[in-house]
Amino acid sequence: MSYTKKVLRVNLTAGTCTAEPLNLEWAGQYLGQRGLATKYLTEEIDPQVDPLAPGNKLIFATGPLTGTAAATGGRYSVITKGPLTGAIACSNSGGYFGAELKFAGWDMVIFEGRSPRPVYLLIEDGQATLLDAGHLWGKTVWETEELLKSGHQDPQMRVASIGRAGENGVLFAGIINDLHRAAGRSGVGAVMGAKNLKALAVRGTRTDAYAVADPDAFFKAVDAAKAVLAANPVTGQGLPTYGTQVLMNIINEMGALPTRNAQGIQFDGARAISGEAMHEPRATDGKPNLINHTGCFGCTIACGRISKMDPNHFSIKDKPAYQGASAGPEYEAAWALGAACGISDLEALTYVNFLCNEDGMDPITLGSTIGAAMELFELGLLTREEAGLDLPFGSVEAMVHLSELTAQGTGFGKVIGLGSKRLCAKYGRPDLSMSVKGQEFPAYDGRGLQGMALEYATSNRGACHVRGYMVSPEALGIPVKMDPAATEGKAPMLKAFQDLTAVVDSAGICLFTTFAWSAADIQSQIQPALGGDWSLDRLMATGERIWNLERGFNLAAGFTAKDDTLPPRLLTEPAKTGPYTGNVAELGKMLPEYYQVRGWSPEGVPTPETTARLGL
Amino acid sequence: MYKSLKLNPNKCTGCLQCEMACAYQHHKTFNTGRSRIKVFSFEREGRKVPYTCTQCDEAWCLHACPVEAIVRDARTGAKVVLEDRCVGCKVCTIACPFGTVNYIALTGKVQKCDLCEGEPACAKACPTGAITYVDADWTGLGRMREWAGKTDTNPATV
Repeated sequence: MSYTKKVLRVNLTAGTCTAEPLNLEWAGQYLGQRGLATKYLTEEIDPQVDPLAPGNKLIFATGPLTGTAAATGGRYSVITKGPLTGAIACSNSGGYFGAELKFAGWDMVIFEGRSPRPVYLLIEDGQATLLDAGHLWGKTVWETEELLKSGHQDPQMRVASIGRAGENGVLFAGIINDLHRAAGRSGVGAVMGAKNLKALAVRGTRTDAYAVADPDAFFKAVDAAKAVLAANPVTGQGLPTYGTQVLMNIINEMGALPTRNAQGIQFDGARAISGEAMHEPRATDGKPNLINHTGCFGCTIACGRISKMDPNHFSIKDKPAYQGASAGPEYEAAWALGAACGISDLEALTYVNFLCNEDGMDPITLGSTIGAAMELFELGLLTREEAGLDLPFGSVEAMVHLSELTAQGTGFGKVIGLGSKRLCAKYGRPDLSMSVKGQEFPAYDGRGLQGMALEYATSNRGACHVRGYMVSPEALGIPVKMDPAATEGKAPMLKAFQDLTAVVDSAGICLFTTFAWSAADIQSQIQPALGGDWSLDRLMATGERIWNLERGFNLAAGFTAKDDTLPPRLLTEPAKTGPYTGNVAELGKMLPEYYQVRGWSPEGVPTPETTARLGL
Repeated sequence: MYKSLKLNPNKCTGCLQCEMACAYQHHKTFNTGRSRIKVFSFEREGRKVPYTCTQCDEAWCLHACPVEAIVRDARTGAKVVLEDRCVGCKVCTIACPFGTVNYIALTGKVQKCDLCEGEPACAKACPTGAITYVDADWTGLGRMREWAGKTDTNPATV
């Protein structure tokens, strides 16, 4: 059974670290990682708790396939109540950190309380110690990782930390591991900062911490599943070559690329910030932005972008820290910092993407919030005096400068750091925040892709693309082609995607495998890893159980069906260009059916029959 | 015919499937720390570089060992550590100019690549072809072909 069967509980208030056995009954119902940690969280915290108060908890959790040879088997998630939304937050990351935690012998680390002074957690196999982080506070993620490795004279340790954004309470601060892999969304980094917890440094040398139940069957299934990834055009060619940025031109041509705070649905500068553009020689120095692609632990897809900027670009001139290679923009970041702000300077987006990794910020919310500020500025509601500079759409200088201020927690960056919902409310136009439940939607427009409109409205962690990726059927034809403009059939397909995604996020593997893998491909690996009876039916029921558990938490936290909505712009302002000209997001046609297929009441509450069926 | 592990860093993505395969083959663990092949990460340069024993003909590790715990596998040419004979003195780790023999505190022995008796698990696990197992006398063939491909516009001159 590929659990370590050990949970590390860290009480930051008391400064204690305690080992406890994993609750295997819950593991049998919630699989691991996202599902299992959500079970722990919902059992242990008051849903009404202030997310930044000591009463909130912060859980780092791995899945049963984390740290195994299963392709992409290196994922971990951070689960907490999110400060951006007030809803359940669960941010998933790759890199090497998750596997290292399992090598050290831990399925999960649960942080509770608040440390009286900045600390970091050092884990060396079974030994866990809270250490003073006074010398790390105020440092960036990149500096912190270097200081920890050199301080402990251990270049092999893996580090997850917050940068200055998390310390400063930026409500969309993320947690960054391995320099540029991010548990990015919903402000999980702000919770970490509020707990005075700077970093986790982990070294795992154990060889006996866990094992798969049936190695022969496991490796057979893993080899077969790897072959499926290699043969698939998306995971075998598209993602390694262009990364997620393969989508920029596709989604723009489809007429589903929210532009200039979603005033438009197609961006004239899309080509210049696309995956294709990253490959091409720059006009300035003849070198391409992209220099390599990279994989996380165990990943045979390798979609990660490694970029090197033009050292003479205004943003990094005379700043050697940014002139080396680092993680280049992925699609969502390129969209948010680019199209959402009307900006087509690829080098500027790359720089701000570096900043987001360096200081731990979610580029989606950052870009969308700056886009909203630009609209407020153009409407005359936000003045040059307040913002400190002119910020019309398309101003590269403004986007770069505001991002720097936000990372540093100074000037108008303090307001940007609250996210677009609070920004737009402050200036009297809450409707201009492109968010659901307080979290900004990413790079797909619900007026173009109706299934994504429903996905944003119903996502348990606020608007998000990785809770039920309807782009797959609507844009890529996976597993079947669906008409993006149609509303029929979207509700049951979304439910299936949401439930399967909950399984993937709870297993320790990457969602991107599902471009190629069916649920059966995943089941065939989980079964021999865990032993027992992990049938396809049981897995899908597990996914549905997790979804309803999260929903239950949100309802108890005070959310209602009224929050399952979209920004008014998507519901009332028709698309002006592209194939879906004249369309709005037809949420009203899909949401009642969605509640029905979920087994929820018309008020969006799971019926007693549903909760009984799922054993909740 | 002997074969060699041929490592091409240009194709390496840092997924560590090779390290896991190696660790599992020899120690039945996924812990990449037990692998005999290592992928180095050069962050500033944005490169991942796989590296392991080159199986030197006149192997320094073998000659340095005071208890003859490192022997040559006649079939593959690999220099293999006999665990039951190794006393953990680490002299071989000092003798190796490349740092590819490593002492493992957990076992008190050294470990190095043994070419998996002629079927290296790392090469089989590598998804990108960055690690291949090829004719030891012709490891430069690919590079030669690459060069040849670039010369088609330059006719040979005497």
